[in-house]
Amino acid sequence: MEWANQLCENRQFGSKMTDSKYFTTTKKGEIFELKAELNSDKKEKKKEAVKKVIASMTVGKDVSALFPDVVNCMQTDNLELKKLVYLYLMNYAKSQPDMAIMAVNTFVKDCEDPNPLIRALAVRTMGCIRVDKITEYLCEPLRKCLKDEDPYVRKTAAVCVAKLHDINAQLVEDQGFLDTLKDLISDSNPMVVANAVAALSEIAESHPNSNLLDLNPQSINKLLTALNECTEWGQIFILDCLANYTPRDDRESQSICERVTPRLSHANSAVVLSAVKVLMKFMEMLPKDLDYYGTLLKKLAPPLVTLLSAEPELQYVALRNINLIVQKRPEILKHEMKVFFVKYNDPIYVKLEKLDIMIRLASQANIAQVLAELKEYATEVDVDFVRKAVRAIGRCAIKVEQSAERCVSTLLDLIQTKVNYVVQEAIVVIKDIFRKYPNKYESVIATLCENLDSLDEPEARAAMIWIVGEYAERIDNADELLESFLEGFHDESTQVQLQLLTAIVKLFLKKPTETQELVQQVLSLATQDSDNPDLRDRGYIYWRLLSTDPVAAKEVVLAEKPLISEETDLIEPTLLEELICHIGTLASVYHKPPSAFVEGSRGVMHKRLPARTGSGEGTECPDVGNAAGGSAPEAAPSIIPSQGDLLGDLLNLDLAPPTTAGPTPSTSGMQMGGMDLLGGGLDSLLGGDIGGSPAMGAGFGAAPAVMPASLNAPVGGGLGDLFDLGGGVGMPMGAYIPPKTVWLPAMKAKGLEISGTFARRAGVIQMELVLTNKAMSVMTDFAIQFNRNSFGLAPAGPLQVLTPLGPNQTIEVSLPLSTVGPVMKMDPLNNLQVAVKNNIDVFYFSCQYPISMLFVEDGKMERQVFLATWKDIPNDNESQFQIQDCHLNSEAASNKLQGSNIFTIAKRTVEGQDMLYMSIKLSNGIWVLAELKVQAGNPNYTISLKCRAPEVSQCVFQCYEAVLKN
Amino acid sequence: MIGGLFIYNHKGEVLTSRVYRDDIGRNAVDAFRVNVIHARQQVRSPVTNIARTSFFHVKRSNIWLAVVTKQNVNAAMVFEFLYKMCDVMASYFGKISEENIKNNFVLIYELLDEILDFGYPQNSETGSLKTFITQQGIKGQHQTKEEQSQITSQVTGQIGWRREGIKYRRNELFLDVLESVNLLMSPQGQVLSAHVSGRVVMKSYLSGMPECKFGMNDKIIIDKAGKGGVTNEAGKSTSGKQSIAIDDCTFNQCVRLSKFDSERSISFIPPDGEYELMRYRTTKDIILPFRVIPLVREVGRTKLEVKVVIKSNFKPSLLAQKIEVRIPTPLNTSGVQVICMKGKAKYKASENAIVWKIKRMAGMKESQISAEIELLPTNDKKKWARPPISMNFEVPFAPSGLKVRYLKVFESKLNYSDHDVIKWVRYIGRSGIYETRC
Repeated sequence: MEWANQLCENRQFGSKMTDSKYFTTTKKGEIFELKAELNSDKKEKKKEAVKKVIASMTVGKDVSALFPDVVNCMQTDNLELKKLVYLYLMNYAKSQPDMAIMAVNTFVKDCEDPNPLIRALAVRTMGCIRVDKITEYLCEPLRKCLKDEDPYVRKTAAVCVAKLHDINAQLVEDQGFLDTLKDLISDSNPMVVANAVAALSEIAESHPNSNLLDLNPQSINKLLTALNECTEWGQIFILDCLANYTPRDDRESQSICERVTPRLSHANSAVVLSAVKVLMKFMEMLPKDLDYYGTLLKKLAPPLVTLLSAEPELQYVALRNINLIVQKRPEILKHEMKVFFVKYNDPIYVKLEKLDIMIRLASQANIAQVLAELKEYATEVDVDFVRKAVRAIGRCAIKVEQSAERCVSTLLDLIQTKVNYVVQEAIVVIKDIFRKYPNKYESVIATLCENLDSLDEPEARAAMIWIVGEYAERIDNADELLESFLEGFHDESTQVQLQLLTAIVKLFLKKPTETQELVQQVLSLATQDSDNPDLRDRGYIYWRLLSTDPVAAKEVVLAEKPLISEETDLIEPTLLEELICHIGTLASVYHKPPSAFVEGSRGVMHKRLPARTGSGEGTECPDVGNAAGGSAPEAAPSIIPSQGDLLGDLLNLDLAPPTTAGPTPSTSGMQMGGMDLLGGGLDSLLGGDIGGSPAMGAGFGAAPAVMPASLNAPVGGGLGDLFDLGGGVGMPMGAYIPPKTVWLPAMKAKGLEISGTFARRAGVIQMELVLTNKAMSVMTDFAIQFNRNSFGLAPAGPLQVLTPLGPNQTIEVSLPLSTVGPVMKMDPLNNLQVAVKNNIDVFYFSCQYPISMLFVEDGKMERQVFLATWKDIPNDNESQFQIQDCHLNSEAASNKLQGSNIFTIAKRTVEGQDMLYMSIKLSNGIWVLAELKVQAGNPNYTISLKCRAPEVSQCVFQCYEAVLKN
Repeated sequence: MIGGLFIYNHKGEVLTSRVYRDDIGRNAVDAFRVNVIHARQQVRSPVTNIARTSFFHVKRSNIWLAVVTKQNVNAAMVFEFLYKMCDVMASYFGKISEENIKNNFVLIYELLDEILDFGYPQNSETGSLKTFITQQGIKGQHQTKEEQSQITSQVTGQIGWRREGIKYRRNELFLDVLESVNLLMSPQGQVLSAHVSGRVVMKSYLSGMPECKFGMNDKIIIDKAGKGGVTNEAGKSTSGKQSIAIDDCTFNQCVRLSKFDSERSISFIPPDGEYELMRYRTTKDIILPFRVIPLVREVGRTKLEVKVVIKSNFKPSLLAQKIEVRIPTPLNTSGVQVICMKGKAKYKASENAIVWKIKRMAGMKESQISAEIELLPTNDKKKWARPPISMNFEVPFAPSGLKVRYLKVFESKLNYSDHDVIKWVRYIGRSGIYETRC
């Protein structure tokens, strides 16, 4: 008793009281002792014991064993003890659900307590106990509390609905709590309104399509009224909710903006940022010539600047957001450059963000100041910061032409410091400056070359090599420089290797006489000794280019480079729009959409800015076209491709020269080979080491994925031309024969190259192969075998290569196929795995055959049978496709298809639209029925396919497309 | 919303943790410790994402406060909340230290229960919190029904920051205009950037629910008044000169923002006791109280000569106080010899700086320090970054030029008038980041 008294005394001296003693009990029989204390008769002792329990819980000890004893302490009129017990319950109820039931009665009783603080405490805690059985009992008390006379209880109950929804959404809906919550938006107490808004917003997020918040001008008005009266946090909830609303027209938009702008003067930065979000979003709808629009723009700048005098963490959040705002509306902060100057003792994260914004705001008007600052920063200590500052100087040169000269001389000064990372960074940016202003600053190359040895980072080495290659004609010892890099070729990173390869090829094209040896050396290093497929492929491309047509090689390799753009690291416009809708939130800090870091359904819905047209329809979820309309006025600046994209560039270059430059069938094969590089990756490389190069796949499946435009654009690119070529080879009106493609490249088969195609001639399926010996030795003893495949294709005879194949010799072989081989379903269906043997080795490849090879000649169905079959096949088996850009009329189409054993059975004309009904029979007896809709003047056909084996539909459709377009 | 809040000591041990959301597991506590507190490198961002869980942190002395969430929360709100939480704790038990947190862990749990509900910040006004969460246990059980409903209506109400029925025998108020003047100057004396961030702090001891109106020499208001007023001709020359252009200002939540937006008048019902009425920022026509003129000369590789002159630039009748000039020295300094005309100067090796202190200095004066710095020869190639020379001081005027024109108090229900209120106004200008590059 004495001890208890002493304790009571201690309590009265408030400040002397120490809770820390609870943390120090680490005796062995602790739990046992606590149990005894919890069951003590003395109130004070009980309380002390519960405190010890909570202290143990805090530091992570498991005290769940005390559950019944702690719950026994719940029945008390001591509020402090009650709160502690509740805290314990929230933590452990889930692990002891049956025991937790014991607490229910007290909760229900407390919800009726005359003291509103206790009522609220009970309902608040109950919502945090995530035990199903308890939730059931929660409903009645919650219903009462939602209508409690005391606003404190109501505001707590409002949040409790969100808690309950998180546990059991169905229950909340069934009990009608959502409607009650909606009613609370009209509550007289601002805090109740704010909490109701917060709860509804959260619930609505997990039901993206429900119209839960039901924002309309009336409810918006209520929210705006509550906005003036509620706490700073409530204002944030309301503003964040407002940001989800889309006003009906520009007038409504303006009136909301007018009522939100006063919030920009709030002391709480989060209120300010949320207000900025609403304004940035609604501004989209205001006509730009409106006076108010200009006023609003002016009003936005000062509060944004003020955010920078907040604590550093908030500054960071603000700066990340300003970065977005500057990209969206550069005019707002264009005169505020100075406030982004870095302070010596800013935390590094603030410094880096400020620097980013400085680059974005740099313009002719302020460039002198900016440069002086950047030069200052380049001498700081933090490596990342210094690098970024150096890079920023380069950006300025590219962005503001007038300053380029000064920037270059600043960079040269920095290179003179010989600080390793500064030099490297400077060289990387100088490369870009060269690209932007050709023939202007090349005089500095000599200085750059002095620093070759100090470059140890891949990016800097690659940049330097690029410079040497690009200006090889001006650098006397370019060959020596590049040769020195070549010595350690295999130790370099891929980036450097690729760059070195290109640079040496450039050098060779510029000074062919002296550098032949060098180029051969690099080509063999890249193609023969490297394991990197990118490097090998690029090596081969160059090799073939150089060996077949040096003039073309020059055109490709030394082609004029696209202009480098002024802005860098710009966020892609649609993402930017989405992020603007998330100002102030984590998404705006990460510069990523919420779906990138939030799990589950929350926040997955993409937000968009409203379109400038003030119409109400479809604004909730504007379609793509609408969004594009919103962003169209701002021309999307192109972005400097990073080093990694260079390969892509190169391949694009390869495809670019029009094939009309004198294509012969053999070069067409090569071009297709080039395309394989694009498409190959997309087709599965079929388990094991059968590293095939599915040429057909590239033609049919993969290529459209790489160049989606080629199918839509009337001016077909290289791809379309290639198909034309293929058509030229085959019979004009006969069965469709795809062009030959390389199935097995020589490098994969020790010099044996196989290209080929499939044809159906006079009812016989034939595999037409072209074997080329690119090795140095003679090849003999050819044989061929197929793996099991979907339609049982098998060689009907041996591969007829009678004479040995000498080096550089080519032979064409035709192999008849039967369809009686073993069957196994392949993916894709028309995939064929082939093994070819010769005296050297066995080689594997896979290819895809057009399924039209399997269309048999007796595929014409009787009309009646057709009708019956069509009806008989369930509708689920019907698939519909679009064939675009086909300029044949129905007659011609029908004829063309007939050549490939696709038979038209009937034709009907309905309202200017021709409906062709067709039948196909596959070699294995499967019937495919088709309905082709052809509308005069519309180049897009619609085709419906019905088949009992719907898997084949996709392949059949591909055949339609291929046949019709050739 | 906020998923949980953890408080750690400098070792990364948890002092308090409260989890509000089911998606936050106990392992989040360790994730933050391992990845942030124990991280090898310096923290590069106050927001960290670890395995799809986001952590926001602030540090107060040795204590880490971390908020954890798995959702797309309002990041600005989280930090504002953390600052507020620190304020609330500080007002309850003083400094935020490991000892204080351990001593008050029950109180902290209670506060966390009240301030955050399901991760949503609720009422965080210390004034109203203290009416029902006290260190002497909860008052709850002893209160009358009236008291209870008064608490709840204050906590949730429109004027949450002030309770009814306050009475003072003497109605009195104190206004402090506190400014910090920031400067970044080039070695040649060119102002690179300068701004004043000011605060108006008010201590009010007023009875009832007084309605206050605050006026200052804000250019916009004075120009407005000047246009419509009759005393236009006479007043213009003086008011035009004295008014200042405020770039931006923010107000305590008691100020009616919509009224400020429409009429630019600052009206409010003040909280009782001390609070910050407004913050503002100015960049034009700033009075820079001191000018620093540095001269650094490298004499060979092992010696540096530094001469710094400071000039005070305000009325000779005023006195600046607590003047301190901090001259950074290179890391390889071996010895320093200092001569100064006024005050005391010392080389502090641990801070890599010469610290020159002057107690008082009148306006329009000048003083000088010269130092010889001996350097150890090093083979470190990297140049010394030459951090700027910084200065601290306090002056008895507002460098922005802000003047309080009036603070009127109206309380219609009680019988005291504006004239009966005793008002005190004080101006203090302090240095913020006041740097001159050298």
